[in-house]
Amino acid sequence: MAYKIVEKRQLVPDVHLMNIEAPDVAAAAKPGQFIILRIDEEGERIPLTIADYDVDEGFVTIIFQEMGKTTKQLAKMAAGDELQDFVGPLGKASEIEKIGTVVLVGGGVGIAPVYPQARAYREIGNKVISIIGARNESLLILEDEMNAVSDELLVATDDGSKGHHGFVTDLVKELLDGDEKIDRIVAIGPPIMMRAVAGVTDPYDVETIVSLNPIMVDGTGMCGGCRVNIGGETKFACVDGPEFNAKDVDFNLLMSRLSLYRKEEMESLETYKKGCGDDCKCQ
Amino acid sequence: MSITQEMPEQPADERIHNFEEVALGYTEDQAMLEAERCLECKKPKCVEGCPVNIDIPGFVSKMKEGNFEEAIGVIKKTNTLPAVCGRVCPQEEQCEKLCILGKKSEPISIGRLERFCADREREAGVKDPVVAEPTGKKVAIVGTGPAGLTAASDLAKAGHSVTMFEALHEAGGVLIYGIPEFRLPKAIVKEEVEYIMKLGAELKVDYVIGRIKTLDQLEDEFDAVFLGTGAGLPKFMGIEGENLNGVYSANEFLTRVNLMKAYRFPESDTPIKRGSHVIVVGGGNVAMDAARSARRLGADEVSIVYRRSDDELPARREEIEHAKEEGIIFRLLNNPVRILEGENMSVNGVECIKMELGEPDESGRRRPVAVDGSEHVIDADIVIIAIGTSPNPIIFDGSKGLEVTPWGTIVVNEAGVTSLEGVCAGGDAVTGAATVISAMGAGKQAAETINDYLSK
Repeated sequence: MAYKIVEKRQLVPDVHLMNIEAPDVAAAAKPGQFIILRIDEEGERIPLTIADYDVDEGFVTIIFQEMGKTTKQLAKMAAGDELQDFVGPLGKASEIEKIGTVVLVGGGVGIAPVYPQARAYREIGNKVISIIGARNESLLILEDEMNAVSDELLVATDDGSKGHHGFVTDLVKELLDGDEKIDRIVAIGPPIMMRAVAGVTDPYDVETIVSLNPIMVDGTGMCGGCRVNIGGETKFACVDGPEFNAKDVDFNLLMSRLSLYRKEEMESLETYKKGCGDDCKCQ
Repeated sequence: MSITQEMPEQPADERIHNFEEVALGYTEDQAMLEAERCLECKKPKCVEGCPVNIDIPGFVSKMKEGNFEEAIGVIKKTNTLPAVCGRVCPQEEQCEKLCILGKKSEPISIGRLERFCADREREAGVKDPVVAEPTGKKVAIVGTGPAGLTAASDLAKAGHSVTMFEALHEAGGVLIYGIPEFRLPKAIVKEEVEYIMKLGAELKVDYVIGRIKTLDQLEDEFDAVFLGTGAGLPKFMGIEGENLNGVYSANEFLTRVNLMKAYRFPESDTPIKRGSHVIVVGGGNVAMDAARSARRLGADEVSIVYRRSDDELPARREEIEHAKEEGIIFRLLNNPVRILEGENMSVNGVECIKMELGEPDESGRRRPVAVDGSEHVIDADIVIIAIGTSPNPIIFDGSKGLEVTPWGTIVVNEAGVTSLEGVCAGGDAVTGAATVISAMGAGKQAAETINDYLSK
C-alpha cells in the first residue's frame, strides 16, 4: 500500500507535522489512539500518537521529533512522497466524558496528542485548563492551537524564555493547591515528565492519566514487546493502553525498556548518516 | 523392502551462518525413485490422514509417468498451498503415518513429493487459473494466514468477490511472521498470495478489523465473512523477571527476524538483540524455530529448556534433529522459576528447577513434578518464551453476538459456522494454536459452507 503525504511543515527545529492521506484510518480515529508507520521496504514499524484527523479530507495528522534513523529519514520526506505503510487507529481511545474541570498537560512533542483530547473534552462541555511546556520558547509547539481549545492555557519553559520558568509539574502543583476543584489530569510527554507529574499528583485525590509509548512491533497485541507493569500486572500498551492510570505505572521499567536498543539505534543512525550526501542536514 | 530417498540438505556447520533453506528438495531422479515406491493402494489410508484429502496415489501415479504438470493439478484440486504444505506439514503424524509401507519399512515421503511438484511448477511458471463466472456475492476474509488464504482461494475460484483483510503489512500470517526463512522461504508464500490475487481476490494490508472497521460493519457490507484471525497473542509464564530487557515472546523474536528481517540489521531498520547465551523456553516447533534463529544470529550457546522429557517434545522430530545438528542444547526436565536481573534491568541468567515425570495428566502425557531443592542457574542474556499463544481478541472489539469460549477461541459448528449468520471461522482462532494444514482444512470447510450459503 502507499500513503501519500499531503502536507508537511516544520513546527520548530527538529519537530515536523505531516498530514497523511489515509481515509479509512481518519474515519475511525479517536483521541488517544496511535498509528504505526513504515517508510519503505527496509523500514522499521514505528508508533506515533495521532495528533489530529480530518474525516472529510481523509487525512491523519502526525507530529514527530527527529530522534533516530527513521524519524530523520521521515523528516526528509516532502509533500507528495508516499509512506509504505500506515496502520491504525490502534490502541484504546481516551475515555472522554463530561466530568467538570480537566487539566491537560503536554510536554515537548507530547503536546501533539494532548491537542485532540483538549478539543474533545471542551466540545462536550468540560472546563479545559491546558499546561504546555518545552525546553525553551523556540521549541514550543501548537501554542495557538492549544489556546483555541482551552479555557485557560499555561506555559512553562525550562529556561524561562516563555511563561513559567520551570517545569510543567510546578504549574500542576499550583493548580492542585489552588481553590478550583480538578476532576482529572491527563499528562503526555517524555516518560520522565509523566513520571514527575505522577509524583506530583500522587498525594492528591485526582485521577491522573498518562499515555505510554513503549517499543512495539505490530501494535495489535501480537508481539508483547510493549509490556508495561501496571499496578503489578503485565499489560500490553498497544491493546490494553496506551493510556493508563499514572499512579499504577512502573515508569522505571518503561524507561529501561525504552533504552533497550540504544546501541542499535546509534548504529543505525550512523549507517544512515554515512549514506547521506555532503549537504545533508542530519550530519 | 525399498527405503526412502533422503533429501539433500545444507550441512549444519554451513547453515548456522545463513537463513537460507535447510532442506534442498529432491532432484527429479530422486523424486521418480521415491514415487516408484508407492503401491497405489485401492483403499489409500494416506488420504484419510490428510486434513484436505489430497488424492495422494493419484498425484504420485502421475509422477511415476513423469507427468509433473498433471501431478500438481491433482494436488491443487484440494490443496491451495502445496509448496508450503510440502515443507511444513507434520506428514509423519498425518498421511505418512498411515502409509502401508511404514508397517514393514519406511513410508513413502509424501511431503517431499508434494514439495517437488509444487517447486517444479513454480520454476516453470504457474499457469493462470480458471475462475468461475462472477456470482455478484461479496465475501470478507479476515486474516491471511493458511486458513484465510485457503478460504479466499476456494471462494474466489467459485466466482465470489473476495476481499482479504490483513493487519500486518504483508499477507501470509504465521507463514510470514512466524516460520523462518530457512524452513519456508518467504518468496514461496508471496507467490502463493499472488496466485490467489490472480483469482481475482483483493488484498487490503495494514487493515485491522476491530479498529478500522468492526465485525458488525463487515457483516453489513459483505454477504459472508470468514474469520481466520489465528492465535497471535503470546503467553508468558508469569514468573519473576519476565519483563526484563532481553526477554522476548517467541512471537516478537520471530516477527523481528522473519517479517522485519532483523537478521539483516542495519541494512534493514529493525534491530534485534543477538545475545551470547540464549534460552528458549518450550518444546514445540515455535521453540525450535526461535532457537535455530538465535543460533543463526550468532549466539554462542542456545538452549531449549523444556519441562518434560525428549519423548514429550511436541515439535516435529525432523525439527528436533535439525536443531540438535545445529548445536542447540536440550535442557530437558527443567522448568524456569525466575529470570535473574543484571545491570539496567537486563537478563542475567535463569533459575530453573529440575522436574521428574509423574502420573499422566488430562492430556495423557506424564505430568512434570518439580524436584525439591534442585534449583540451579543457567547462564543467559536473552530469554525467549515459546510456551504457546491464544487467539487475539482485537477482532471482537465493537462487535456483538460472536460466541467465544472462556479461552477466547471462536465457537463454530462442524461446518465452521459461528453464532452469527453468514460468519464462519476456522484455524487457530477456533482450535487454539495448531498446524498449518489443519487451519487450511478448516478454511476449506468454511469456504464450502459459505459457498452453499451464498448459493441459496
